[in-house]
Amino acid sequence: MNDMTPTREQRTAALEGMGCKRKRVEDIRFTQGKGNYVDDVKLPGMLHGDFVRSPHAHARVKSIKTEEALKVPGVLAVITAETLKTVNLAWMPTLAGDVQMVLADGKVLFQNQEVAFVIATDRYAADDGLNKVEVEYEQLAPLVDPFKAMDQDAPVLREDLAGKTTGAHGPRKHHNHIFEWTVGDKDLTDTAFRKAEVTIKEMISYHRTHPSPLETCQCVCSFDKVKGELTIWGTFQAPHVIRTVVSLIAKLPEQKIHVIAPDIGGGFGNKVGAYPGYICAAVASIVTGKPVKWVEDRIENLTATSFARDYHMTTEIAATREGKVTGLRVHVLADHGAFDACADPSKWPAGFFNIVTGSYDFPTAHLTVDGVYTNKAPGGVAYRCSFRVTEAAYCIERAMDILAQKLGMDPAELRLKNFIKPEQFPYHSALGWEYDSGDYHTAMRKMMEVTDYAALRKEQASRRAAFKRGETREIMGLGVSFFTEIVGAGPSKNCDILGIAMFDSCEIRMHPTGAGIARMGTKSQGQGHETTWAQIIATEIGIPADNIMVEEGNTDTAPYGLGTYGSRSTPVAGAAIAMAARKIKAKAQMIAAYKLEVHEDDLEWDIDGFRVKGLPEKFMSMKDICWAAYNSVPPGMEPGLEAVSYYDPPNMTYPFGAYLCVMDIDVDTGVYKVRRFYALDDCGTRINPMIIEGQVHGGLTEAFAIAMGQEIRYDDTGNVVTGSFMDFFMPTMVETPHWETDFTVTPSPHHPIGAKGVGESPNVGGVPAFSNAVNDAFSFLGSTHIQMPHDFWRNWQAAKTLGAVA
Amino acid sequence: MIPGPFSYHRPASLADAVKLLADLGDDARPLAGGHSLVPMMKLRLATPAHLVDLHGVDDLKGIRRDGNTIVIGAMTTQHELLASGEIRQSLPILQETAALIADPQVRYCGTIGGNVANGDPGNDMPALMMVLGANFRLSGLGGERDVPASEFYQGAYFTALEPGEILTSISIPVPPAGHGYAYEKLKRKVGDYATAAAAVVLSMAAGKVATCAIGLTNLHETPLLATDAANAVIGTSLEAATLKQAAAAAEAIMAPAADARGPVEYRKHVGGIMVMRALQRAAGRAA
Repeated sequence: MNDMTPTREQRTAALEGMGCKRKRVEDIRFTQGKGNYVDDVKLPGMLHGDFVRSPHAHARVKSIKTEEALKVPGVLAVITAETLKTVNLAWMPTLAGDVQMVLADGKVLFQNQEVAFVIATDRYAADDGLNKVEVEYEQLAPLVDPFKAMDQDAPVLREDLAGKTTGAHGPRKHHNHIFEWTVGDKDLTDTAFRKAEVTIKEMISYHRTHPSPLETCQCVCSFDKVKGELTIWGTFQAPHVIRTVVSLIAKLPEQKIHVIAPDIGGGFGNKVGAYPGYICAAVASIVTGKPVKWVEDRIENLTATSFARDYHMTTEIAATREGKVTGLRVHVLADHGAFDACADPSKWPAGFFNIVTGSYDFPTAHLTVDGVYTNKAPGGVAYRCSFRVTEAAYCIERAMDILAQKLGMDPAELRLKNFIKPEQFPYHSALGWEYDSGDYHTAMRKMMEVTDYAALRKEQASRRAAFKRGETREIMGLGVSFFTEIVGAGPSKNCDILGIAMFDSCEIRMHPTGAGIARMGTKSQGQGHETTWAQIIATEIGIPADNIMVEEGNTDTAPYGLGTYGSRSTPVAGAAIAMAARKIKAKAQMIAAYKLEVHEDDLEWDIDGFRVKGLPEKFMSMKDICWAAYNSVPPGMEPGLEAVSYYDPPNMTYPFGAYLCVMDIDVDTGVYKVRRFYALDDCGTRINPMIIEGQVHGGLTEAFAIAMGQEIRYDDTGNVVTGSFMDFFMPTMVETPHWETDFTVTPSPHHPIGAKGVGESPNVGGVPAFSNAVNDAFSFLGSTHIQMPHDFWRNWQAAKTLGAVA
Repeated sequence: MIPGPFSYHRPASLADAVKLLADLGDDARPLAGGHSLVPMMKLRLATPAHLVDLHGVDDLKGIRRDGNTIVIGAMTTQHELLASGEIRQSLPILQETAALIADPQVRYCGTIGGNVANGDPGNDMPALMMVLGANFRLSGLGGERDVPASEFYQGAYFTALEPGEILTSISIPVPPAGHGYAYEKLKRKVGDYATAAAAVVLSMAAGKVATCAIGLTNLHETPLLATDAANAVIGTSLEAATLKQAAAAAEAIMAPAADARGPVEYRKHVGGIMVMRALQRAAGRAA
């Protein structure tokens, strides 16, 4: 060895593998404006489509006149439900087992519902045309309040379901009822409540909001009449699922459908489902034989494509006087809008809401969820969270604070008293989950220590006293949140979408020069997969991450996968990547043994190659093994170095975290200031700390937005009043608080690299931290629960209701 | 969010612009920074057949001092106001207010002329113009005329501008040295219109308010001059009770609409608070 021989540390660093703060490789093109998004796809002769939408929330469509529209220069055709009926596509199936109108068929059921699709030579002509389509409506009584959906005299929304007493998830008890979902032991829970020394009950609402990605939903469909092939470029979080759905509903052979998800500007659940725009653009292309582009504008995105949340959770906890929880009872009224288009695994009508026992050792629990139809846009997607996990975390974290208040206990102490203990893992929850791992006490205590929680409580006490003496008009709140997520859907035993198990996949091909390409069934929308996936491979097989190209989103080349949402990419595809890499490594070991003339068992792995045990100078690097794989493999072995893995996870993963929000509120204006926000996340093994930090920053910013003002609000007539960024709260960097991040590491015992997923944790844990801070601030004035969102005027209203403002 | 068809004109002189607007009649709209008109066109809430872009008219630009008056060309952008040393020295409240309008990208395009002439009750400059006693110069086929800001606003989007007239410049008397000023704006986020805002210009003598003008933004269908509120503080040292009296007097003339910023009661309440805070801050700045 000479001085030039790299040290072990240098060799490890050169890989930029797991644990490295590797810079995001995709940012080189994004920051230079060289990304390739759907709207960048411009094909010769491409046409443009746009929708005529309903101004009414509930109305009968008496007639649609298209003659004037067809006279507009550039307008080629107008598609209506009648047109779509000729190809049996006036309705489409939803991921939740319901059906949805593609274009209004006799009725409209929500404002901005798609009524007709105008096809023109350019976007301007399409819009000129849609303004000339004359639709005659007969307005019907709108149903806006979900609590009135099952009133006896509630208007009938879904006439197509007349007489159907059973839906996709069992019996329907009313014409506006979709499903009832029940989990847990009712009798045992009722008994716990009968015997309880202390109980609390509160209706906790998680308002309707929207994922609102920077890039809206869009597609370009191009049908080749000669080949009979349909190519779709689209903003798809799950491109393979889209291909299968298109094949099933359009009756096209699946091999003749090419789905390409190019660069995507954010998804957050908004781009999982199928929308009328995709169907109409595809039909338009088939009919005209030309490519057709459909691009949603911001108002359309906010008002017509998949909202999130809208869960109204009546929550009860039974406990002892000492603060030990003994039972949990939750009833959810779920407002699904006009069609049940939730993007949950098919057997889970309320997603994984049964994670609602949270991080606590509830001996028993009982949950019922009623889904209802209203005259609002369909959706119910997982906005930066695993399916309905955000709602569940908000529900239990708010309820624990309410219990603490009733008991006169500190909310952090109450949590510590009820946490599942480290020795209880794997832990079987009362509502049916097996938590794989966790160390909640350590995380919580670290949060309390780093933030000096005790000192903050003391400060709060003295400031409350000062407020009561009239010396200040500001109140201070501490928002504690301790969340457990359930992500990584999912094991084939309980997770599928339309019958396809929710595995994920990876294919790795190593090239002779020690470089390679890896393809997955996932699809990054900003998560940085091109960076992190290469890091897993780098550590597993000792090839620098820079030498691995990661490619996703093309269904012709990528192995089948279920896509990216619900923080499933690292738990599922991340595992597939490690498993495929290990197959490569196993073959590499055989090649190295052959070349080094030893038995495989005599080799040991050493950072970036194999070494003969006891003979340190006999070493073959992975780079050299790649070359050998193409010219001198052992006799009988196939040449080449490739592997594919389809990974069916044995369990979900359960990331957790401890957050604290310190907030000051001016009671006279309701204006709040987030003084400090501390977020400790435990996502198991950390692949790229910089990307984790970025994910946490983004998720917390969304959580901040949701808790403090972001909502899709309807007036009494079903008119959306927050349909643009003027009123739909999208914070800028000026409003966004500073984030302090921290971590503990509790690896997942069943995941090949111990990783759990992190992208959605900050949204799940952040919302209760903000809301608890507001509620904690007001609690000394006598309130127990104030509904979100906590925007300025509502804070002022709370202060006024509590007598703090004249 | 795609506008309908329109013709685009870019006259090179004020005379040409005035003639074009007169010839084209009601179907034409002058285009300044475009940050109110263009979004309205994209929503097809405004569908002018002709846009007369004023960017080619050099006479409409610039900031100059004429004795004790500052004259600002209508096409001067908010960014140019913020960068101007003359404005910093003579009319610092203009900079404080401009910095609270939208965001830097909008301020590079948005003009003071467009802001004051559009008649949008949410715009920040109109109330300020009333407080400062500004005069607007309007040009039309019939010649030029001056209209005081306090007489310009007639209703939401209704102003003293006659069809075919263009607001060409704004003249503002320089407030006396040592004056106090403040623009207090409560908004939900960067880029938002005011939930409520108050502009105050005052002068102090021997610890008491000598002169005072108070303007209100987005609390009525037009900007308001809160004269009773201003009178309530003149001769006082802005004691707590006086401030409350001024706020109450201001609230008495407010008639905001309920919107996503809050119900009427809230908007009036915080309107009063903006008045109190602006008075205190202005007094603190006065020599």
